[in-house]
Amino acid sequence: MRLELSAVSKSFGEQAALRGVSLALADVGTTVLLGPSGGGKSTLLRILAGLETPDGGAVLLDGETMEYGEESLLRHRRSIGMVFQSLNLFPHLTALDNIALPLEKVHGYTPRAAAAYALQLLERFQLANHARRTPAQLSGGQCQRVAIARAVAIKPRLLLFDEPTSALDPEMTVEVLDLIAELRQEGRPIVLITHEIGFARQVADQLVFLHQGRVLEYGPAARLFAQPRTAEMRVFLEKVLRY
Amino acid sequence: MRRYFFMDHDNRDQRVAPAAAWASGLLVLALLSLLFWFVFSQVRFAWGWEAVYAYRAKFVKGWLMTVAISAAAMLVSLLIGLLTALARRTSFLPLRYLARIYMELIRGTPFLVQILIFFYVVADAFGIQNRYLVGIIILAMFSGAYISEILRAGIESIGESQLESARAIGFTRPQIYRYVILPQVTRQVLPPLAGEFASLIKDSSLLSIISISEFTLNAQEVNAFTFSTLESYLPLALGYLLLTLPISLWSKQLEKRYRYAT
Repeated sequence: MRLELSAVSKSFGEQAALRGVSLALADVGTTVLLGPSGGGKSTLLRILAGLETPDGGAVLLDGETMEYGEESLLRHRRSIGMVFQSLNLFPHLTALDNIALPLEKVHGYTPRAAAAYALQLLERFQLANHARRTPAQLSGGQCQRVAIARAVAIKPRLLLFDEPTSALDPEMTVEVLDLIAELRQEGRPIVLITHEIGFARQVADQLVFLHQGRVLEYGPAARLFAQPRTAEMRVFLEKVLRY
Repeated sequence: MRRYFFMDHDNRDQRVAPAAAWASGLLVLALLSLLFWFVFSQVRFAWGWEAVYAYRAKFVKGWLMTVAISAAAMLVSLLIGLLTALARRTSFLPLRYLARIYMELIRGTPFLVQILIFFYVVADAFGIQNRYLVGIIILAMFSGAYISEILRAGIESIGESQLESARAIGFTRPQIYRYVILPQVTRQVLPPLAGEFASLIKDSSLLSIISISEFTLNAQEVNAFTFSTLESYLPLALGYLLLTLPISLWSKQLEKRYRYAT
């Protein structure tokens, strides 16, 4: 997938979250957004998800400009898979129903087809045993994997992850990261925010470094990790790689 | 001895052993009996159940009227409560303020005063002649203010992250209400709602002030005819308990069933 941003800006009251972000990625592949907290990573991801409307600038997916009418946004959101940090799942529904509900109500599956497809996905992600459990009966890692299954179920054109493992303990982090790596292997376009720098190094094709609402560097991950050009990114990498 | 009258401190699920429940229950019953026996023996009350028994049909009629009025008011109050709760969350400010003012006025004034003002001023101005209709409306408006707060708290207890997830999935706003908020709010508000309905039934007794021939008014009339106060009012208390106790027990039951970890 081709992704272009031109002068995208977004403020929350006085607080400028993005100050004119421009970039062009010919192929998103697995793109990791990197940078210190408050740098604008989440805001950028939420704009891509259609959850936030930028104050100015344009976002182009495969050359197609994103529009911000309620109808367009709704259509856009339905074509994107998004996984948040935690509490993605609806607590009153089982894992199976969490996946089946959007298929049925948003994507026009019959109830039976939705349930069958949801079960098939849970089987593929080794979660079939948990199909009838509610989120309260699942571990944090299992919840996140079900949430990823739900995001994948709609056959999205782009998958977005907003720190999907930062609420998990190390063991569970691994099982979620394994799953994301697997999705990458399938060649799905992914944009990911993560603090697991080792994982980012391993899976990132493209890297975008955001600092105080600006993109300071972006490009092929291997090159950026090896030779950061800006002092800000050098300092950041030095910090996160220290231990 | 201790084990008959005390709960274990480390008893997490609040279970009480049957022996302890019986022993403590009987003790309380005995103490209450003693108290009542003392009170009645002091006033040397001359019971006259026959006179009151002759009017038993009046009790039944009044009781049924209370049931009917309460049931109708419950339905209407639920509707008012829901609309008010939604109005308090709308982005259209005038509606928001209106809902807020309605809620504060009702909750800040005595029900009795509301009945009088509504009956003698508002209903009169709008030409509502049927006093039963007036009674149902005012009871529903009174209860609706409290129900709106229950519902609002229920809606607000749904975490922001869930609404975000629902939005990201591509649910429309009505779909979010229908599939995400409503099922969860229902579980949460059922216990307090049941409690509010019990209150509504009791509060309906105040409608006797505008001569609505419900349970309390009928009991008052029987008292006036027979001059037998307690024989009129004890069945009255019993009649209300007959309605509120099952609701209260049902509410406790619901609370237990829906207590799921989030």
